[in-house]
Amino acid sequence: MSSVAATTETADHGHHARSDDLLALLKAAPFWSTDHKVIGIQFLLTTLFTLMVGGALALGVRWQLAFPWENMPFFGALVPATAGGQIPPEFYTMLFTMHATVMIFLVIIPILAGAFGNFLIPLMIGADDMAFPMLNALSYWFMWPAIACFTCSFCVGGGPASGWTSYPALSALAQAAPGSGWAQNWWLLGVTFVGFSSMMGSINYMTTIINMRAPGLTLFRMPLTIWSMFITAILQAFALPVLTAAGFMLVADRMLGTCFFVPAGLIVNNADPTVGGGQTLLWQHLFWFYSHPAVYIMLLPAMGMVSDMLACMCRKPIFGYKPMVYSMSAIAGLGFIVWGHHMFTSGMNPALGMTFMISTVMIALPSAVKVFNWIGTIWGGKPEFNVVFLNCIAFVSMFIVGGLSGIFMAAVPVDIYIHDTYFIVAHFHYVLFGATLFGVFGAIHFWYPKMFGRYMSEGWGKLHFFLTFVGFNGTFFPMHLLGVAGMPRRYADPYLYPYLEHFLPMNQFMTICAAIMGFAQFILIGNFILSWFWGEKSGRNPWNANGLEWATPSPPGHGNFDIPPVVYRGPYEYASPDTDADFWPQTQPPDPAT
Amino acid sequence: MKWFWCLFFAFWPIVAIVLCLLAPGFDWWFPGKAESPLGGRIDDLFYMILWITTVTFIGTQIALAYVLFKGASNTEPGAENEKAWFSHGSHQLEVIWSSVPAVILLFIAFYQLEVWAEYRVKDAFPRERMEAVFERIHQDRQKNDSLALAEVTARQFEWRIRYPGFNADGTLKALMPDPQPTDLYAVNDLHLPASAPVMINLRTQDVQHSFFLPELRIKQDAVPGLVIPIWFEANHQRSYQLLCAELCGWGHYKMNARFVAESDEGFIEYLRQLEREQNEDRVDDTPDTDEEE
Ligand code: HEM
Ligand SMILES: [Cu+2]
Ligand SMILES: [Cu+2]
Repeated sequence: MSSVAATTETADHGHHARSDDLLALLKAAPFWSTDHKVIGIQFLLTTLFTLMVGGALALGVRWQLAFPWENMPFFGALVPATAGGQIPPEFYTMLFTMHATVMIFLVIIPILAGAFGNFLIPLMIGADDMAFPMLNALSYWFMWPAIACFTCSFCVGGGPASGWTSYPALSALAQAAPGSGWAQNWWLLGVTFVGFSSMMGSINYMTTIINMRAPGLTLFRMPLTIWSMFITAILQAFALPVLTAAGFMLVADRMLGTCFFVPAGLIVNNADPTVGGGQTLLWQHLFWFYSHPAVYIMLLPAMGMVSDMLACMCRKPIFGYKPMVYSMSAIAGLGFIVWGHHMFTSGMNPALGMTFMISTVMIALPSAVKVFNWIGTIWGGKPEFNVVFLNCIAFVSMFIVGGLSGIFMAAVPVDIYIHDTYFIVAHFHYVLFGATLFGVFGAIHFWYPKMFGRYMSEGWGKLHFFLTFVGFNGTFFPMHLLGVAGMPRRYADPYLYPYLEHFLPMNQFMTICAAIMGFAQFILIGNFILSWFWGEKSGRNPWNANGLEWATPSPPGHGNFDIPPVVYRGPYEYASPDTDADFWPQTQPPDPAT
Repeated sequence: MKWFWCLFFAFWPIVAIVLCLLAPGFDWWFPGKAESPLGGRIDDLFYMILWITTVTFIGTQIALAYVLFKGASNTEPGAENEKAWFSHGSHQLEVIWSSVPAVILLFIAFYQLEVWAEYRVKDAFPRERMEAVFERIHQDRQKNDSLALAEVTARQFEWRIRYPGFNADGTLKALMPDPQPTDLYAVNDLHLPASAPVMINLRTQDVQHSFFLPELRIKQDAVPGLVIPIWFEANHQRSYQLLCAELCGWGHYKMNARFVAESDEGFIEYLRQLEREQNEDRVDDTPDTDEEE
């Protein structure tokens, strides 16, 4: 395999030249930088941290469901809001609200678009940086006010208590949730900052991808990661303003006495009746008009990255490249007309319910097409069963479950029953954790050598994968059964109800699995940190991959490419009969002999 | 190691299927057979989707396991091909695996419409059967009076129920949109006739709640500012669980109430009982529900 040797040589060359500076990116991470790689790593480190915080909050929720009203070990003593370690119901409400908030706004969205979007887009399209580096840096630093606001909300404000969905009137009237007066304002402000951050990123990604591709990189030669980031950026740009506006309206309702979402005559907590003629359903429409596209913002980039990783790991072209692109676009397009499926029981016009049902059922179609194409990609490949590959398979396998459970909920009559039960909780954890997070774990292992010039440990990676996978399914699969049994979500004590009493042991089992899964994340963090120093060194192209990013040194210096890249083919020419090696980098000129 | 992982990915779907098969035996399943005709149809739809998704689940997981095992054997020393299969996809397969699921999905979507319409579309409400109930319980009503027999008002954290009172001649009045002096009140205890479609007007006094009867498979949000009519039909004369399904504050979990489905006579007798109790209490206890509006 002559060309493999060739790449290794160049890789060695790059590495000698820069060996003293391998930690350069890392050293720059705590500081202001407009380099997209540093910003990407800043996002990654921040979101890994918030992931742990969000996980801890979830374990609090799980504790209450497994051992209701019993004293929490360790944490109880640390958290003043608990009554001597016991979780009071107000605090339980804050726990799940903050858990979802942190996971959605501070982990999933920024780790995909922020961390990987930033790191990968310029590298994969052969650009030296983003189109607007300054805006890019701001998009990272706007995360911190958001984090500060959410922290204030939780720690000082008394805790937001209306779920991540923040339905009014609960969220609009301070007296509806005593103690959460300022918390809800902080929370809304936090969401606004996250929105700023995402919006700056999104504009940047679109511009960069449209304008700054290397010569020869046509749209249909772009890796699916780039396609997914591009589509995600469009979704963000169109959906996000709606949430931001709705957020401001809600703040105005709370602080300025407007009544966008508050109808007249509500008597909340013995306060005077409300005046005004607002509509609470308006919030639900606006919120889901953003948040349904947002669930795809939380998935599409992972879909793209998994496609790239699978092709590389299987040493085989992606199966059905164009159908993959079209189905992602279809998901994005349909994603804008399905928001009503979160409101089937809200009493909106039943005819609307029907149309939303049809569009929702149909969105399962492009999802199915993607699954089939991933399986097709593995089919006939020569996979190496490494950590990256395992996480990608988990992605596909878990996404199947999440997609299929979606069909139950898309069917309105069935959703009447399972809406707001644990079935929903099972569904979105299968897509958001089962699919997206496993994809992210794979991506961390896959691009880590490019970020830091070293491999992460395979052994620890596999252990982490194993524990996470087992813990994940042990925690979330039984939730389908809880949902079918009619256990409502967001209940501090479901065992008050005789028909749910016998689920206590199952919930305890789930909590144990959740703890295993939670603590397994320390392996990931440890592996991530220790590999900076002791990981095996990697060359430019450790996975023998085709993408442009692998033509740069590891880690790439400022400006990325030491040789300006020219693109000759798409990124999936693995196992091509036209070349000796089993891969054919996008930058390698065609052999003049043939 | 690679064989271990192949088995691993083939194994977990088996565990999942076995768990689901065993679940009803452990009572980890629906809270009993659906206790209303509509609930029965919802369950049927659920099982139909369950069949379709189970077949899809098994099919895709088998396909995944197959390509994994195949891939693992491709990397054995001495495997036939030096390189992976060089294929960019198959137009034919794409057409098949887009159109077949499309047909199935469309079928699922349109097949549901009727049940949904019956549950929510006003014109499809079983009006005649409701009117038969009014006849049997001798309700004195005009043509345009509300079809509802009770008004259920959710508030943090209980359910308040308002029934119409009786006329002097002993007939039941019709439920008026606004509270009347003769109205009868109860908290967390909803009584209605069984074995016939009955309607309630659902509203909330404060934040959003959701009226959930798991055994009947009925759920409807109580939306601030709206009065939402819903109907349901309990199959048996017994008491059912009523709870709240939409986050409404810290006490959301404890909006525990019951719905008692009774014979027609039992229902009237219950209202009479309420009337007696209320007349006794009236001296010192004006129901504070009067403050509403
Ligand atoms: C196969 C395609 C899918 C269908 C048909 C589908 C359908 C639905 C429906 C109908 C609901 C509302 C259920 C209810 O509240 O009663 C829902 C909720 C949800 N879905 Fe999906 N879904 C699909 C895929 C996804 C994906 C890919 C994601 C994320 C990556 C996702 C994330 C969510 C989330 C987060 C919620 C719940 C939000 C909440 O109430 O807190 N779904 N889905
Ligand atoms: Cu949705
Ligand atoms: Cu509630």
